[in-house]
Parts: sequence; C-alpha cells; structure tokens
Amino acid sequence: MVGSETERPAPLDAADRYRAGVLKYAQMGYWDPDYPPKDTDVLALFRITPQEGVDPEEAAAAVAGESSTATWTVVWTDRLTAADTYRAKAYKVEPVPGSTDQYFAYIAYDLALFEPGSIANLSASIIGNVFGFKPLKALRLEDMRFPAAYVKTFDGPPTGIVVERERLDKFGRPLLGATVKPKLGLSGRNYGRVVYEALTGGLDFTKDDENINSQPFMHWRDRFLFCMEAVNRAAAATGEVKGHYLNVTGATMEDMYERAEFAKELGSVVVMIDLVIGYTAIQSMSKWARRNDMILHLHRAGHATYTRQKAHGVSFRVISKWMRLAGVDHIHAGTVVGKLEGDPDMVQGFYNVLREPHNPIDLQRGIYFDQDWAGLRKVMPVASGGIHAGQMHQLLTYLGDDVVFQFGGGTIGHPMGIAAGATANRVALEAMVLARNEGRDIWNEGPDILAAAARDCLPLQAALDTWGEITFDYSSTDTPDFVPTATPA
Amino acid sequence: MPDDGPPDEADPGSATPSLDPGAALTDSGVEELLATLDAELVGLLPVKTRIREIAALLLVEKLRAQVGLSAGPPSLHMSFTGNPGTGKTTIALRMAEILHRLGYVRKGHLVAVTRDDLVGQFIGHTAPKTREVLKRAMGGVLFIDEAYYLYRPENERDYGQEAIEILLQFMENQRDDLVVILAGYKDRMDRFFQSNPGMSSRIAHHVDFPDYTPEELFAIAGLMLERMQYRLSEGGVPALVEYIALRREQPNFANARSMRNALDRARLRQANRLFARRGAPLTRDELMTIEAEDIRVSRVFGTSEGGIP
Amino acid sequence: MRITQGTFSFLPDLTDEQIRAQIEYCLARGWAMSIEYTDDPHPRNTYWEMFGMPMFDLHDAAGVIMELGRARTAFPDLYIKVNAFDSTQGVESLRLSFIVNRPNHEPGFGLVREEAAGRAIRYTIRSYAVDRPEGERYR
Repeated sequence: MVGSETERPAPLDAADRYRAGVLKYAQMGYWDPDYPPKDTDVLALFRITPQEGVDPEEAAAAVAGESSTATWTVVWTDRLTAADTYRAKAYKVEPVPGSTDQYFAYIAYDLALFEPGSIANLSASIIGNVFGFKPLKALRLEDMRFPAAYVKTFDGPPTGIVVERERLDKFGRPLLGATVKPKLGLSGRNYGRVVYEALTGGLDFTKDDENINSQPFMHWRDRFLFCMEAVNRAAAATGEVKGHYLNVTGATMEDMYERAEFAKELGSVVVMIDLVIGYTAIQSMSKWARRNDMILHLHRAGHATYTRQKAHGVSFRVISKWMRLAGVDHIHAGTVVGKLEGDPDMVQGFYNVLREPHNPIDLQRGIYFDQDWAGLRKVMPVASGGIHAGQMHQLLTYLGDDVVFQFGGGTIGHPMGIAAGATANRVALEAMVLARNEGRDIWNEGPDILAAAARDCLPLQAALDTWGEITFDYSSTDTPDFVPTATPA
Repeated sequence: MPDDGPPDEADPGSATPSLDPGAALTDSGVEELLATLDAELVGLLPVKTRIREIAALLLVEKLRAQVGLSAGPPSLHMSFTGNPGTGKTTIALRMAEILHRLGYVRKGHLVAVTRDDLVGQFIGHTAPKTREVLKRAMGGVLFIDEAYYLYRPENERDYGQEAIEILLQFMENQRDDLVVILAGYKDRMDRFFQSNPGMSSRIAHHVDFPDYTPEELFAIAGLMLERMQYRLSEGGVPALVEYIALRREQPNFANARSMRNALDRARLRQANRLFARRGAPLTRDELMTIEAEDIRVSRVFGTSEGGIP
Repeated sequence: MRITQGTFSFLPDLTDEQIRAQIEYCLARGWAMSIEYTDDPHPRNTYWEMFGMPMFDLHDAAGVIMELGRARTAFPDLYIKVNAFDSTQGVESLRLSFIVNRPNHEPGFGLVREEAAGRAIRYTIRSYAVDRPEGERYR
C-alpha cells in the first residue's frame, strides 16, 4: 500500500470535523482502510490517475466523496443526517501492476444510497459527478460488486439464455445471425430479400443495424412488414423458428412503444434497441419485452467512446453488469478475432459476467470481485464484426456455445450469394461443434475440419477460398493488468 | 484457451506394442491392480489365483490379437459362488477395473442388482425394468447377487423367466457391451445352472469363494479393530480366537460380515461395562480396550444371554 | 425438402459412429438422454412423443444406441431425435437435440397468410404432413 504512516491524517472529532472550512477528503471520513465492506454494500473499483502531487489515498477518498455525499467544503447540514452511513468509504488502494501513476481504489457504498431496481440511479450515483474532477488526470470505473440484496431488486433479462433456446428450440450450438448490409439505403422490399435469403440459407437471426430506425429511404413500418414476410417465408421453407431483430429505437418512449407493439402484432420473436436510448428507456423496454414474451436484443451503440481506453472511462465489464441487471437478452460483447477491439482475456471476462451464475475473482480476465448473480437470468453475448467462417474454430474455442455469431459481411458478401453465405456459416459451425464434441482438438485441427466439411458443401469451400486468409491483428488498447507469471523452474 | 490434454496413462490402446507379457501387465496397470488386491484383501488365495489366471488369459488374448491371431471374442461372463461375506462383490468391482484396463470393457463401472431390480410385479413390467438395468450396466459389469431367485418354476405367474430370457440374449449378442457376473451360494447356483443350461453355457469362468480360515478371520477382525481404533486386551485375544472357532460352525455365518457384527456387539458390551463402573475417570487405554469378558458373554460360548451370538 | 431442426441438420445424416460419439459427450457431462419421435415436425410442436422414459445414470452410449435401434425398427418413417438434459441449477433444460431419423420424403410446410388491418398479415405455418391422418402421413 502506498503512502507512509506519517502522512495519513488522524481521525477528527465532531467539532473539528464540521467546523467551516476545507478539509482533505481523507480527513472527512472518505478514506477508511479499516472498514470491512458489508455483504450488503455495493462495491466499486476505480482506476485512478491522480494529478502530480496528489496522494493516492486522498485521490481515492475524493472519488469516494464525490461519488457519494461530499462537496468541496464542509457543510453543517451534514449533521442533520446519518452522514457516516451515506459516506462512501475508500477502503483499499493499490498501485496498478506495471504502472507508475495509476492506482486501483476500492470503494464501498451503503445499500441505502440507491434506489431499488434503477440503473439510472446507480449510474448517476457512481459516475454522475466524479469523472470531471480536477485532482484526477484520468479515472476509469473498472468493476463493481452488487450484493444479492441489490441484485434482487432487478427483474433482469426478460427471456434469458435458457428460455430463448427453448423458444427457438435450438440447443447445443451457438446461434447464427447477420446484420443486413449495406447499413443504410435499402428499400423495405429489398431489405426483406436479404433477410429471406440469409434465414433460408441457414442463419437463425438477421439484424437491423444500430442506425436503422426510420429514415427517408425506408420507414420503419415498411421495414417491419417486409421483414416479417421474409422471416415467415424462411420459417416455412426450413421448419425452424426464425427471427429478425426489429430495431424499435426511436426519438421518444412513445415512438418506441408504438414500434414494439407493431413488431409484436406481426408476430416477431425479437426486437432490438440501441444503448444510446439510455438506461431508463432500456429498463422500460425490458419490462415491455417480458410482458410481451419478446426477446430483447441490445446493440451497444456508442459504448466505445467511453469503454475503449484503459485509463479513462467506464469498462465494458461494468456496462455488461448494468445491462444484465437492467434486463436485456442479447448484448454485443466482442469477438476477439474480428475487426473491433477486444483482448481475449478481457472479452472472456465480459462473457463470463453476462453468462455465468456466479463470477469468482479472476484478475487475468479483469474480474476483480466475487459476484453472485442470485439466480438472475443470463444474457446471451453477441459476437459481431468482421468474423467469417474460416475462424469458426477460434470463435468456438474462445467464446463457447451460448453466444450469437453474427456474420454480416461474411454472409452477404459471399461470392455465390446470400443464401450460400448463410449455408457456409451454418455448415462450418455444425461441423466444428460435431468435431469438438467428438473430442477433437479444434484449435489445431480447425482448418482441416473446415476443409473436410467443405468437401460436401460448395458454399463453404467458396467462403474459405475467399476469406481464408483474413485476420485483424492490431494491438489491443484494453489489456489485462494481471498476466500469469512463469513459475520458476 | 487451447491446452494440451493430459497424457493418457492407462489407455490399453496406446500400450507399447512389445509382446513381453510382464511389460504388458505393467503398462496396462493391471499389475498394480493385482498388487493392490493382494495388499488390501485378507486371504482369498484361491480367488486371487483364479483372478490372476483369468487376467493372464485375457492379456495373452490381447497380445495374440496384436499379431493377428484370434480365437474369437472371449466370453467373459462369470459366476462367483460362496457364502456371504467372502468378498464376492469386492472382487467383482476389482474385476471390472481389470477388464477395463485390459480393454475388454469400455467404462469399467459395476452395477450390482438382485432379482427385484430386474423383475416386475405385473405383466409387461419386467422387460423395460430389465432393459433399464442393462442400459445402465452397458460399458461395464452387471453383478447379479443371488441370481437363482430369478428362476421360480413353482410359481407360474412369476416373471423371472422373462428376465432370464432377456439376460441370455444380452450375454450372447452384446458381449462387447456387457459382462455379467452371477453370484450366490454354491449349491443353489449349481441347481440354477442345471435347470438353465442356456445360462450355464454362457458362463466362461466359475470362481468359488471358500470361507475364510479362522486365522484369516482373526486377521480381518484385527484390521477392523485397528480401523475403528480399538485394541484387544491380552485376555481378549484367545477369547476372540475361541469365538471365531465356535461361530464358524454355527448357521448363518457370513464371514467378514459376521466379524463386523461381533465386534460391534463387543463394543456395545465394553461401553456398558465402562458405564456401569462409575466413579473413577476413564483412561484413554480403557476406552480403547476390548476385554475378554466383552466377548465371552456371547451366546456362542453357551452362556445364558439370550438370542444373540 | 429437408427440415433443418436440431443441432446437426445441415451436415450429412450422422452415422451410428457419430451418434455414439455425441452421446458419449453428453454422458461424460452427466446429462440424461431421451429419444422422441413425431410425424408432425411443425416448428412449434414442442412435444414429440417420448420413446420410453428418459435415461438417467448411464455410463455408456450403448444403452441409448440400443433404444435408438428399437425406435427405428418401430418407426422407420418418422422423425426421431435424441435429446440431452442438463439438470444443473441455472440450466435445467436441454443441452443438445439432434435428429437421427427422417421419413424418406419430407413434404414440408406451407405458409398461410391472413390479411389483417392495413398492410399487416397474420402468418401461420401448416405442415403438409398432417393433411393426412396419423399413420398415413409419410408414404
């Protein structure tokens, strides 16, 4: 722990504590290394980069203070309250391994600070005030721990992985999807054609992109009508339950409810919303989805503005946890091998947080707290962005079975057409799952397994020939701080 | 992340192709199993010998197969006869492991059943019941205790015959999937086989489990006492020896199990003896020791305590 | 047509060897196995007929393969599938479900459209197979 004993401020008595003037945060009670966090406390882990000359404990205490009850000067009105309870306590500060100016600050918040079942309140509390704070050069909310007492105030995912599979009647393999491409510009009728081809060819889902809402080139009603025609045609052609994530994002809640109701009327199994609608809207839509037996897909639009840089922002890990509480059934969570940012360990950490009933501490994957989800349903992660059939063995190894693989370009850009692209992906996936279950080493034999499957499937052969060599290899910006060290021989 | 699987240790398929039986015995792990058998179980010398013989035969069959020789698929079904408490179930478990190590049985688990597990109470009940047991046993060994109870010719509405038919079919047609071991008293098993020649012809190995000798029984009792953290007093030793000699001659003697029961009763008497002696505190030694009198009050010695040997 | 329900429907029909391997995978995880059959493969037909009770406590695939053989003998022209159930808390549902037998000719489904208000259509899917009574559906 940093900071010598002589620098730590002594606790003050009440008269001194509440005399008018300015005190260090650490003296106001926001730094308490002897505080044992209660089982019912909400805990947060911040990565703080204090300005030069600012003590790490003081910085941590400042974060605790500014994310709970403090203000820059002492106020007598505090004494009208049970101030000690409401004060957040920074109880542990550690340097970040391998860095000279970053520290991990652990802060505990009493349960009484929060409104039950409200992510809007949670985020306003924890990140609403503190991030612009001058004594900090940078600040990132890394992780949070929610006590069962708090988790239980949320309904969680309206459907969840298990029920989704039971509704689709699809077990034992990842699900397959594709975003309709081009992102913008297609008319409703042409849009539906892409949906029909992809679903009939073998995908389980197709998807509106995040910015397809209702534009001059295609009004939302027309998109919904043509898409549902395509979905049902594909279901009849294959005998499978199919779906298209109809994006109901709108300018106001009233618009959203109107769109969602129409989707329901047309018999869709799933609707989609974008993260940018805000936490309140997300929870409203979650409630609506539960009442209407609808799977709720969340596109994490805009997240990378604040999740990508290690030093500053909010980790996607925290967003994932908030979204599981708020209640979505699908969330884009990274592909590892695709075109978008994603270190393998960090991504597996996100997946674990979404899908597991209980997360033990796992520093290598960025999980800093033991989190028990108290029976909350599981969110299906979605892997989307620059992935293709040739990577199936890597995708399956990194990401497991309970995931949706979305191959947008990888389906629609197939040289033999969209349906062929879909078939290529489906055959590659099933062949890889079959081989893995048989006990084969798919990480190493993956290309051979794909080649063998391609012998019976021309579309897959064409896909491998077209994209076999494509990879996206850039260094990740968000990497683990804790890596396994080699044990001495 | 991708990792290498653990090296495969006891997989018979990956045994070295040497034709050296000693090496093959060690490589497959069977030598180790047989050694454990010798160490863990008292006596049973004729049985252990027989097990070794069978293991040798199966091993040689494996070696022959490696060079392309074959006498046809070996029959592995067995019959274990002997009085209760002579180790039949324990040996069956070990046999399942040995068969697995030698590659004759895919999984090596043991399913132990009696007639009631196989035979139904009403018409149409037996076949699914038997099949369910067989499905659980497939890949391993099915141990049927007191198998002769399946055959009740005097009761025409008895469904045991149906179970026998199904078993026979399995023992013949599904030899790759299942090994059956029938067990019970020797005389009754003999009668059962006489009345069911089909069954008898499918049993390749008959193993008889003789009663333990008095010395072996004493050793077993000694092991039991040690495990329970008791000891015999000086006078207790001859008492126990005499007890064993007398008890063996009496009806319903169940070998090791009878030893266990006897020791439990001795403990009961010791406890009551110590309890009756209130006043002075007990020493650790006294708590551990079984005295001669704890044994000699047994009815076996012809005392007046009623009923219980 | 060929309905593509179940985990491995896009691959060529599984051989008995491949089926056995999948069952071993499930048994190794302690999942219970079951066999079901139907003559109406409508995608919303959740409840196929059970062929015998689900099988618990199996150590080896041979038992399931045996039952599968009996099912194929009894219903050679119907759809038969193998299911695996996981009783772990938080799952308590199926983990794998794949078709192992199909009729020679699969008539497929028709889409029935009912025009509703505006441009909306109500859709329903009909199995051609159930146009004929049970027992005569696959000839």
